[in-house]
Amino acid sequence: MSFIDNIKFKTVFILAFMVSIGLSGSMFAQEADSAAQAVDTTATVGDTDTAVTADMDTAAAATGTDTTDTAASAGSVGATPTATSDAAGKPGINPQVYTNFFYYVLLFFLLCILVAVIGKILQVYELTRKMNGKDSTHYLNNIQAGLFIVALVTGLYGVYWSYVHHGAQSMREAATQHGVNLDIMFMVTTVICTIVLVLTHIALFGFAFRYRARENRKAYFYPHNNTIEKVWTIVPAIVLTILVLFGFFNWRAITNIPEEEQKNAIQIEVIGEQFMWTVRYAGRDGAIGERNYKLTTPLNGLGIDFNDKKSWDDQMGSEIVIPVNKPVRFQITSKDILHSFYIPDFRVQINAVPGMKTYFQFTPTITTEEMRDKLDDYSYNYVMLCAKICGANHFNMQKLVRVVTEEEYKEWLNEQPYFFTEDLRKEFQVTQVNEDTADAKLLAATN
Amino acid sequence: MSSITSAHPADHHGEHGHHHESFLSKYVFSQDHKMIAKQFLITGIVMAVFAMFLSILFRLQLAWPDKEFPILEVFLGKWAEGGRISPDFFLALVTIHGTIMVFFVLTAGLSGTFANLLIPYQLGARDMASPFMNMLSYWFFFTACIVMISSFFVESGPASAGWTVYPPLSAVPTAISGSAMGMTLWLISMTLFIASQVLGGINYISTVLNMRAKGMDLWKMPLTIWALFLTAIVGLLSFPVLVSAVVLLIFDRSFGTSFYLSDLVVQGQILPNEGGSPILFQHLFWFLGHPEVYIVLMPALGLTSEVISTNSRKPIFGYHAMVYSLIGITILSFIVWGHHMFVTGMNPFLGGVFMITTLIIAVPSAVKSFNYLATLWRGNIRFTPAMLFAIGMVSFFISGGLTGLYLGNSALDIALHDTYFVVAHFHLVMGSASIFGMLCGVYHWFPKLFGRMMNEKLGYLHFWLTFAGAYLVFFPMHFMGIDGVPRRYYAFTEFPFMEKWISVNVFITWAAIIAALGQVAFLWNFFSSIRFGKRATQNPWGSNTLEWTTGVKHIHGNWPGELPTVYRWPYDYSKPGHHEDFIPQTVPFSETMSSNLPHDFEGNVEAERIQREWELANRPQAEKEAE
Ligand code: HEM
Ligand SMILES: [Cu+2]
Ligand SMILES: [Cu+2]
Repeated sequence: MSFIDNIKFKTVFILAFMVSIGLSGSMFAQEADSAAQAVDTTATVGDTDTAVTADMDTAAAATGTDTTDTAASAGSVGATPTATSDAAGKPGINPQVYTNFFYYVLLFFLLCILVAVIGKILQVYELTRKMNGKDSTHYLNNIQAGLFIVALVTGLYGVYWSYVHHGAQSMREAATQHGVNLDIMFMVTTVICTIVLVLTHIALFGFAFRYRARENRKAYFYPHNNTIEKVWTIVPAIVLTILVLFGFFNWRAITNIPEEEQKNAIQIEVIGEQFMWTVRYAGRDGAIGERNYKLTTPLNGLGIDFNDKKSWDDQMGSEIVIPVNKPVRFQITSKDILHSFYIPDFRVQINAVPGMKTYFQFTPTITTEEMRDKLDDYSYNYVMLCAKICGANHFNMQKLVRVVTEEEYKEWLNEQPYFFTEDLRKEFQVTQVNEDTADAKLLAATN
Repeated sequence: MSSITSAHPADHHGEHGHHHESFLSKYVFSQDHKMIAKQFLITGIVMAVFAMFLSILFRLQLAWPDKEFPILEVFLGKWAEGGRISPDFFLALVTIHGTIMVFFVLTAGLSGTFANLLIPYQLGARDMASPFMNMLSYWFFFTACIVMISSFFVESGPASAGWTVYPPLSAVPTAISGSAMGMTLWLISMTLFIASQVLGGINYISTVLNMRAKGMDLWKMPLTIWALFLTAIVGLLSFPVLVSAVVLLIFDRSFGTSFYLSDLVVQGQILPNEGGSPILFQHLFWFLGHPEVYIVLMPALGLTSEVISTNSRKPIFGYHAMVYSLIGITILSFIVWGHHMFVTGMNPFLGGVFMITTLIIAVPSAVKSFNYLATLWRGNIRFTPAMLFAIGMVSFFISGGLTGLYLGNSALDIALHDTYFVVAHFHLVMGSASIFGMLCGVYHWFPKLFGRMMNEKLGYLHFWLTFAGAYLVFFPMHFMGIDGVPRRYYAFTEFPFMEKWISVNVFITWAAIIAALGQVAFLWNFFSSIRFGKRATQNPWGSNTLEWTTGVKHIHGNWPGELPTVYRWPYDYSKPGHHEDFIPQTVPFSETMSSNLPHDFEGNVEAERIQREWELANRPQAEKEAE
């Protein structure tokens, strides 16, 4: 298995030559100096082996592999100046761009040579071992076994490290009632999973190390053991049953809310469209008016059906503001395509589906102010964001969420405008001539 | 056209069986299962490299959202104006990356390669049941690849609604530019792809059922075959459902129907569609989509079983349990699709039901993991590169599978759905585990495919770079997801809470780049070993299965003379009493009297009697010698 073999040399050379021509097509057009420089440095590489390794040390930041041999690659690098002469630079792109790119490619090339050199050294080492009559096959096997122990130790430490650092960064306090329950379940699941993860990996990598091949050993013929297999079918089954039950009751508690409680909650509708959210408060009648997408006009962007009197007092929220410790029932839908109504702090998510209403009811427990105090971050805000791919601005489709006290909420809501504006009323009155006077009064009152 | 079929008489298969073959019928329109396997493999590798390159492009964007990479403009033109990838194109990259990886690499590339290679070889058949369909299968796949890649050359860009192509986004071209021509090409490509899968699947199933060698009853089949067989069944039952989903979507897009569309006002335009439901598409898609993840995973599990057993020099622990858990997974995989839809507005009661079925499917998966561990225990483990990848596969299968317990729990999924937690989960359990299974297969069966060995040391380098790289890339993503960072986000710059993750993104991207460069070690190793690798011996790993009883040189019909006869299961490794640490399936019990166990005879009274007599005659003597 010799690295130096003529056919290989040739292919490597041709390959490298073609790559360099392709890359340098225009890169040196106006950069003859730096090209010369590049050739200079690489020329040294070709000259002495020590230079190669020296260069390589600095390049070791990135990683890559190949099995070219030193001579071949030196040859290929030497081929680059031939290419300098041809091709003019592409207009519009700064030639420096190509140069920089080429440096990275070169760096990678050098790295490949380093790998090849190491391969070579290993080969020589193996040869000497063989000549000294020492075993030359098992040592590689032992190295892999050792590496598994290294992987185990660093891996376990890595898991610990990310739990501590990234974990701390990612677990935020749930600001809703059901969120707290979910977090407990999350923690229980995490504890179970971590235990399993650690134990199985200790076994996996530990066995790999402990039972690495050795001469004169035979594996233990052990095709099955029904008892053990039953145990490790039943134990996971039990653990999973517990998790399922836990999850099932939580899920029902969140999604299966009695009619009565549904009615008592504050009703808010959130409608998604590319790439914004509109928030509709039910107004004093506590009921949200119907929509009909066919009624959409530039003025009536949501297509609210003002035949439905429930819609007359509906208010548009500039943001989502909800009172603390009061159940709120969100009714979510979409004007155009799928979106997802997602508030990470609340552990709340439900898709916005066109032509269909979805609901999520929850009770916030921590006001924005309190949360800021807790976090010691006075610019902190809850935010609702879109979690279902919806187009170019999917990454920036958000609405501020504020949890406030009851009084603040009322005060704020009073300032929010009605959907049924002056202009819309005119438009609407054209179509709706005979109106109940009581309704007219109601309208007057709301304004 | 080659005239070789499975029924071809054996004596025609001399060393020079290819006399009436042109280049075209040998290398291009080949009907030989080994050549088709190579075609699938190399196409799969090319597609994998392409998809990996796409992922590096969008990883650059995620790590350095404000930085310019002018070199990108050189290659991508208007999609990376000023050296910054545009949001539309970002989504296109993500979509095509996901599509190619899941379907083209890990479905066709994985099953296509190893089902074609191993089903006839390990079962002792001369070729597939229908070599012609087999060839068609490859060419449909190849065309699908070309169509998919060609979508990069249309003006409005490739499909960009995510690999799940949920309508209405994918149905309404005004919603996103990728849903114009690009989406049409995506749908055409997938239709071709499904045709390929169905043709292949029928073939695999009928071959396994009908063309097993003498003595190869179902319970003597290697786990690879079990896995590939069950995978084909899953694919055959689920892919047609994707066809219907795709066809209805084509109708909605091109013929004005409203299967998935209703009540839409897109960009101020009221659309005429009424009465459809986007949820319908999700049901249809995931009815395939979930089984699909097992289509991706099960072959990898099968290959891993074989490689772990061979290289631990031990029988696979709990062979029957392994088969039953595969069967369990096969069946259960059809009734869990709803776990992708907990928060999509599906009836919440259904969500509860799907949670239960989902967590049940975790049981067979757990059994498999434990059985792998038990197989390693007290083995005599040889770390070939294939073995390393098999161990890596088990590691990913466990670490990725565990996070399934969170996502399968509908209550926890509320906060995790469509976040980076999901990205981390499926990249570990489906992405990395299957890719590792596939690579383990490539390293292990390379001598069978090409008659040469791959370079071991490069294989080691490849493994450690990829193994570390995959964990470094995907593990931190869990935490982003827990913090609530949604997936398919172009930049983390618009939300204060995401800013802390940008530095992590930089780290991930570097890890991804290093791991991607590490693949050069594989590519070099693979392609140069085809020509220049050390020549393989007939049975380089000391394996029991039938493919290693064929010659190194490929011939039509696989075995020059008669087909082999099978006498025993494939896992007689290190059997006590035998002088070698493996006994191929073709060795009759009469030749291994010193190692036979009562269990081996499956209640055959006559055989048991002969064995007893032999033992009476020989044991005492052996014991005497020992003293
Ligand atoms: C080369 C290593 C890989 C890297 C660095 C990578 C990275 C990523 C990232 C960061 C995303 C999420 C993008 C986003 O949501 O914004 C993604 C999406 C995805 N990846 Fe990978 N991935 C790799 C390999 C794979 C493999 C082997 C598979 C095979 C299963 C795969 C399948 C997917 C799928 C299905 C998606 C979802 C696409 C979508 O959202 O529509 N990836 N990848
Ligand atoms: Cu969105
Ligand atoms: Cu699924």
